[in-house]
Amino acid sequence: MTRTQLIRAWHITLKDIRTYYLKPPLISWGILLPAVFILAFYLRAPGDIHTVAPGLIGLTVLFGATSVEAVVIAFEKRTGGLERLLMAPLAPEALLVAKAASGAIFGIVTGTVVWLLSTVAWSLPLAYGAPLLVIMLGSVTFSLLGVLISLVMREVFDAMTVSNLLRFPMIFLSGVFVPIAGLALPLQVVASLLPLSYTVDALRHLLLGGSQTFYPLWLDLAVSASFAIALYATALALLRRRLEDLL
Amino acid sequence: MYAVETRGLTRRYGQLVAVDHLDLALPRGELFAFLGPNGAGKTTTIRMLTGLIRPTEGTALIEGIDTARDPLATKALVGVVPERSNLYAELSARDNLIFAAQLYGLPRRLWRARADDLLARFGLSERADSPFATLSAGMKRRLTIAAALVHEPAILFLDEPTIGLDVHSARSLRALIRELNQGGVTVFLTTHLIAEAEQLAHRVGIIVRGRLIALDTPAGLRSRVQGESALELVTPDPGEELMAALGALPAVSSLSRSGDTLHLTVDSVDRALYEVAETTWRLGVRVLAIRSVTPSLEDAFVQLTHLDVEAMQGGTAPQRKGAPQ
Repeated sequence: MTRTQLIRAWHITLKDIRTYYLKPPLISWGILLPAVFILAFYLRAPGDIHTVAPGLIGLTVLFGATSVEAVVIAFEKRTGGLERLLMAPLAPEALLVAKAASGAIFGIVTGTVVWLLSTVAWSLPLAYGAPLLVIMLGSVTFSLLGVLISLVMREVFDAMTVSNLLRFPMIFLSGVFVPIAGLALPLQVVASLLPLSYTVDALRHLLLGGSQTFYPLWLDLAVSASFAIALYATALALLRRRLEDLL
Repeated sequence: MYAVETRGLTRRYGQLVAVDHLDLALPRGELFAFLGPNGAGKTTTIRMLTGLIRPTEGTALIEGIDTARDPLATKALVGVVPERSNLYAELSARDNLIFAAQLYGLPRRLWRARADDLLARFGLSERADSPFATLSAGMKRRLTIAAALVHEPAILFLDEPTIGLDVHSARSLRALIRELNQGGVTVFLTTHLIAEAEQLAHRVGIIVRGRLIALDTPAGLRSRVQGESALELVTPDPGEELMAALGALPAVSSLSRSGDTLHLTVDSVDRALYEVAETTWRLGVRVLAIRSVTPSLEDAFVQLTHLDVEAMQGGTAPQRKGAPQ
């Protein structure tokens, strides 16, 4: 992708941030829902909440990044905003990067806020800022997952519903609340297929000193990066195939 | 080289042939109207010409560039105004234009200047900071056209530019389109409004069910209408004596009356004019107006397409009265 295309993609991302970050579906699914989970865990066991901090950060990143995509793609399909982008001299790669970046940045911001608040509130280690890298990797991965779902859905509501079919099983099977080691073997196999498992596991390494982890840290990072690459390739192929359906 | 050229351009959706072997050639500076009912293939043609969709068969060329092979180069050359005014509802009029400038890669120093220039040109300066969603339908349409001109394209495609607008907004928009064309922009517009095509276009292409069935100047299309000529006589005293005298004239083949206007079907306009003038003078009838009635583009359209014009202008699916010739 050329520098010109990247600059155009960045302008789209900035437009999406200005236009959609305060849309009600994004506030309810991307901010309020993670906040409710955090509050519920805090009220249930204020003393132990730091043990689920990695899971809550992962959950925040997952819901934030995927919810943005439902808005910036499915919503723009309906309003014709996406057609404007397709009318412009913009390569499909640039369009994909632009849209995925809107979701990734939202995930990075909300995930980082939860991480830093957890660090201040429960004296979790900063780990030289390494959790930020994990949050970034997770945000990109989940944002691309959101792109995939939103490309095939017509409405924001449909995209959110299908996203939830993936997101809710994921938060129960990816070690968010219950460590993967505590799951039955078949569920551990399922967990190994879910990208959130590696995000949460990596955060457990960095924030809880390796307690209740399931994979080595290098594997968490390698698999997260592989998920991001595979989802990018799949989303790009789908976008190319569906370009005419987006009009 | 033509500004717009198609050779055997075809697009199928399954069994449906949306555009069927279309051959067109528009020289630079032309204002061309693609006239046809809803579902005739007008929008599909524009989408192929602007690199948005690929043809199933044939070629579409913009300034010699194959739109299917190099859609990005095509998109940089053209401005497109879709049927729906689809700018971003939350952004202001100015920010929408600045975003368009960014999308087309204009240098930063031109963003604001080009946006403000277009806002002034399109009479929208006072609403520059208003969100797009709050503008009237006419203003939205004008802003959508302005957004298509941000990168100063040589060719402008307008899909049903005046649809949904009130009479005043539609008139001012047509004047604007004419002005753009006079400024050197090649204009390709689609419309289902016969009067719009007749008023604006240098040439009109009539498309029905994907096929181009006629392509000519409005005058050329009108001249294809077969039939007799007609005269209209307006008089404050259209009495029986006058009716009888006119009906007996050799050049007049039939006569009817509505209010103070008499409609005369004639064999030869110049001979009939002489005979009618002589008769009214002889009978001492006061004549307010006498005019030759030429066939309209609507007459030509009906004869060429066999479509129900009222159904077409109303936006409903037209009824075919017979096979196209």
